[in-house]
Amino acid sequence: MKKFDILEHTADGKFRAYGKNLEEQFGNAVLAMFSFMFKVEEVKPKIKKEVKAAGKDEKALLYNWLEEFLVLLDLDAFIPSKIKEVKITKTDKGFEIKGIVLGDKVGEHKHIGSVKAMTYAEMEITDKYVQVVVDL
Amino acid sequence: MGDEIEFKKKSEYVWEIPKTGSMRVPAIIYASAALMDKIKEDKTLLQASNVAHLQGIQKASYVMPDAHQGYGFPIGGVAAFDMDEGIISPGGVGYDINCGVRLLKTDWTFKDLQSKRQELLDMLYKEIPAGVGRGGITKLSKSELLEVLNTGAKWALKNGYGTKEDLQRTEEDGHMEGADPSACSTRALARGLPQLGTLGAGNHFLEIQKVDKIYDKTTADAFGIDKEGQVTVMIHCGSRGFGHQVASDYIRLMEDKFGHAHLPDRELINAPINSDLGQKYYKAMCSAINFAFANRQMIAHWTRDVFNKVLGSSEGMRMVYDVCHNIAKFEEHDVDGKKKKLCIHRKGATRSFGPGRIEIPEVYRKVGQPVMLPGSMGTASYVLVGTKKAEEISWGSTAHGAGRVASRAWALKHYRGEEVKKHLEEMDIKVKAGSWKGLAEECHKVYKDIDEVARVSTNLGLGKKVARLVPIGVVKG
Repeated sequence: MKKFDILEHTADGKFRAYGKNLEEQFGNAVLAMFSFMFKVEEVKPKIKKEVKAAGKDEKALLYNWLEEFLVLLDLDAFIPSKIKEVKITKTDKGFEIKGIVLGDKVGEHKHIGSVKAMTYAEMEITDKYVQVVVDL
Repeated sequence: MGDEIEFKKKSEYVWEIPKTGSMRVPAIIYASAALMDKIKEDKTLLQASNVAHLQGIQKASYVMPDAHQGYGFPIGGVAAFDMDEGIISPGGVGYDINCGVRLLKTDWTFKDLQSKRQELLDMLYKEIPAGVGRGGITKLSKSELLEVLNTGAKWALKNGYGTKEDLQRTEEDGHMEGADPSACSTRALARGLPQLGTLGAGNHFLEIQKVDKIYDKTTADAFGIDKEGQVTVMIHCGSRGFGHQVASDYIRLMEDKFGHAHLPDRELINAPINSDLGQKYYKAMCSAINFAFANRQMIAHWTRDVFNKVLGSSEGMRMVYDVCHNIAKFEEHDVDGKKKKLCIHRKGATRSFGPGRIEIPEVYRKVGQPVMLPGSMGTASYVLVGTKKAEEISWGSTAHGAGRVASRAWALKHYRGEEVKKHLEEMDIKVKAGSWKGLAEECHKVYKDIDEVARVSTNLGLGKKVARLVPIGVVKG
């Protein structure tokens, strides 16, 4: 199954991430977002991190989850290459997500673009895909 | 609301979406028919009418000539809110708080530095940190960062970056008084700490330009732009990860407190200006504004350093002005004959005040505020002057540049970075960029016609053409 598709958008980065369930879609969304910035397929899964996020609803969960990775890029110069063991649980406050991410430092990887921030614009969560627009 | 938004033509450059349904005011679009053709292709009109739903909005939801689809508010959106009844919205400011433009003029002409151009670009690229996932060279302590957030360009001046005149020729004198770093999250501070003094990437750039044409000699002289062929330097960047974090933090906090189900668009989340949360966002936003001012002050200083090293001097390199184009401010404006303090949101729009306003530097008060419209790589930029007319019809605002008309995907289908570089070199524009793909995505064909935007702004009186600048060298992250 294809992991994601990049869609047409005038000013920003729009994509659809696919997966057999929500967790897989959320994982592929991370790779889709980073594909605007780096050749993710060239990044080696050397460093392991656990990433967590929470949100009042599924869209907030997706927003906060993807933002965690933008923060990791800024703070740790970290590029994700593989996401696994993603688990989404329902809580009384909404939802929680955690996952294992493997990747590497930016180091010598040349960036091919820049993602400024996550947005809620045109966000869709369906059983086939999640759709996101990021601010480039 | 469907995707077909009804609008009508009021005059050659003014279009209106009439007040319907739950809109509190109409939406007014300032554009030519040609620009309007582009504007109506994406969600700009829907977003402009959504903004008109917001509580306390005064007169109209305005759209500038270079507008395009944004998040919640359109890019190129201007809206004013009553201080008591109205709201403040992070979406109305943007994620890149105080993304803005600084212009320096020099005493050199293109001929003077033609042979040294590549050397200048190479050294600028080397000395000014840029790119993605890379920090700056400035090692700040936490307490120093707090001082940056509190005092903006003042901190930079205190630490040896630039001159006092630089601050006098910056919007808000380079610092917003209302900042309070305690309103910013630990995470925002953590992201800001390594990024002060960095250019970023994407559509941010540093450009060496030459004056192509002067339209208004008196005003140009007042701005320090006195001849065709004169070299200028333009810096375009914002508050980096710090600002982005402040925006998303407050989107979350406001959603938690007020919910979003009642909003026509989730990205229009807002808080009453009067509320605790509204005031806290303002304080955090001011901190981010200050970060960006300090950032541009540092980059301008390093630019002078490089010119000094390569050309032997940087004496004539003086500020023209520094403007913000993603900001919310408290300003006094005329509303139905009375002076009223309002909260003006300018998202992808520039303040464009006319002669006499106390907010503009004394040295420019007789002529009006300098406004810079950065073009894209390979096309022109403009210097405009603000007008009294803008104060009457757009809360003293005009466009911020040339919005995009084509997606990055389209650009990449049609252009390759190497081709773009060759094309630019054929136009005698040298480029130093961190990314080939970034070059292709930013190629001029994907931007609106900046000449048309400047023409419309002038004809409407939102901001009048003073000079046209063209790039001779570009540095991109």
